[in-house]
Amino acid sequence: MQYEKTSILLEAKNISFRYRKDTPWVLKNINFTVKAGERVALVGPSGSGKSTLAKILAGYETPIQGEVVWNGGALKKKGYCPIQLIGQHPEKAVNPRWRMGKILRECWEPEEELLQKMGIDPSWMTRWPIELSGGELQRFCIARVLGPETKFLICDEISTMLDVITQAQIWQVVLEHTKKCGMGLLVITHNLALAKRICTRIVEFSELNQLEL
Amino acid sequence: MSKQIWGLWSRKKERDGFWNQRRKTFFWIWLAVVYVMLILLDGWGMPPENYGVDYGAKFIAPCFSHPFGTDYMGRDMFFRSIKGLSNSIVIGVIASAVSSLFALALGVAAAVRGGIIDRFVNWCVDLCMGIPHLMLLILISFMMGRGGKGVMIAVALTHWPELTRLVRGEVLQIRSAQYVQASYRMGKSWLEITWQHMIPQVLPIYLIGVVLLFPHAIMHEAAITFLGFGFSPETPAIGVILSESMNHIATGKWWMAVFPGLLLLAAVMLFDGAGENLKRLMNPNSGNE
Repeated sequence: MQYEKTSILLEAKNISFRYRKDTPWVLKNINFTVKAGERVALVGPSGSGKSTLAKILAGYETPIQGEVVWNGGALKKKGYCPIQLIGQHPEKAVNPRWRMGKILRECWEPEEELLQKMGIDPSWMTRWPIELSGGELQRFCIARVLGPETKFLICDEISTMLDVITQAQIWQVVLEHTKKCGMGLLVITHNLALAKRICTRIVEFSELNQLEL
Repeated sequence: MSKQIWGLWSRKKERDGFWNQRRKTFFWIWLAVVYVMLILLDGWGMPPENYGVDYGAKFIAPCFSHPFGTDYMGRDMFFRSIKGLSNSIVIGVIASAVSSLFALALGVAAAVRGGIIDRFVNWCVDLCMGIPHLMLLILISFMMGRGGKGVMIAVALTHWPELTRLVRGEVLQIRSAQYVQASYRMGKSWLEITWQHMIPQVLPIYLIGVVLLFPHAIMHEAAITFLGFGFSPETPAIGVILSESMNHIATGKWWMAVFPGLLLLAAVMLFDGAGENLKRLMNPNSGNE
């Protein structure tokens, strides 16, 4: 599906969030838009709430104030979420009691070609998650959400645990796939070089978050 | 130095030894199942004449023709005990199956759905655990008109709270896990997630729970029957036999209590042993010992 170049794909409207009532605000009045065809990088120091924002945008958490606008409407709670999040801990994102093949096919049937490009070995399908390294698991976590129903991908530090060659390989695939399918992309990273290489726009998180300190 | 050698040697022994945890567990399970099947098959196919009344043969001490002796009506205690225990085992199996399924459903529902359902289930558990167990058993059995049906319903309805708590705790551990949350975001309904993620997670603890529930159920069946709120006196049941034998034990008729008691004890201990070993095997912290 192709979107018009100028239309707003994803919008965070005045989002404020805190984990509990008695804890301080993590996010305050965040306004943030991603237009169709844009690839945005979100950079900022550790612990500043980037991952929390990512969770809110992908529907894992509900903002206390404000809302996430997706394609002009509210993000629905049920059914397949068009915004998918890939986290920084692949070993936590897979069920240790499932074999890799089942994990990979949880929501769609990836093609051979894609798996090959991701560097996923067919012999891994029968293994348990504990028998693969973090980097190998991460490829599964990425491949399983690249399905046709995913319209927007949030990559939260997905390549931190990988060596440079694998990083390049995986980003190559992700970039190619998002371009081909017209997927939006939000990359959260500490690596400025990576952000410049991949994204069309870089957003400083501290400018977004209006916390009164 | 000597400590190191000892360590190496004992590790070698562990590796080479025949009795590792897995073998031990299978042995216990096998033993328990064989014992129960023997008693059950024997009990089912037994003609009632085997434990019929024969006033000519009252109070015979254990001998070759009556290995467990006879009682005050001349009934053969060996056949009567076997028949009684097989009745008890049937009750135990059905009651523990019903109770454990109940526990599984309630525990999983409470943990997955949370909110008011969780509070309601917890309230039921507290309510059930708040009343003395034997008292509840007697009340329900009495209300249901005693007999086999009353005992079965009473035992089935009172053994779920502990297992419910265990199951709920286990599900709570993974409810907020990232892969479960991700599964929700991939459009899976809570039923699908329960079936695919939660049930496999609780299965080990559930199986152990069932095995350990079984001796509990048999013991409680025997207990309420012993107190006179279970099976009617003419039905052969371990509880009936034991309570009758109490009248004669003071006069030296020891065999009427000892042999049926031992049969019951063996069944309970075999299942307890199987359950404990299974627990050790399935616990990731001690599974490789």
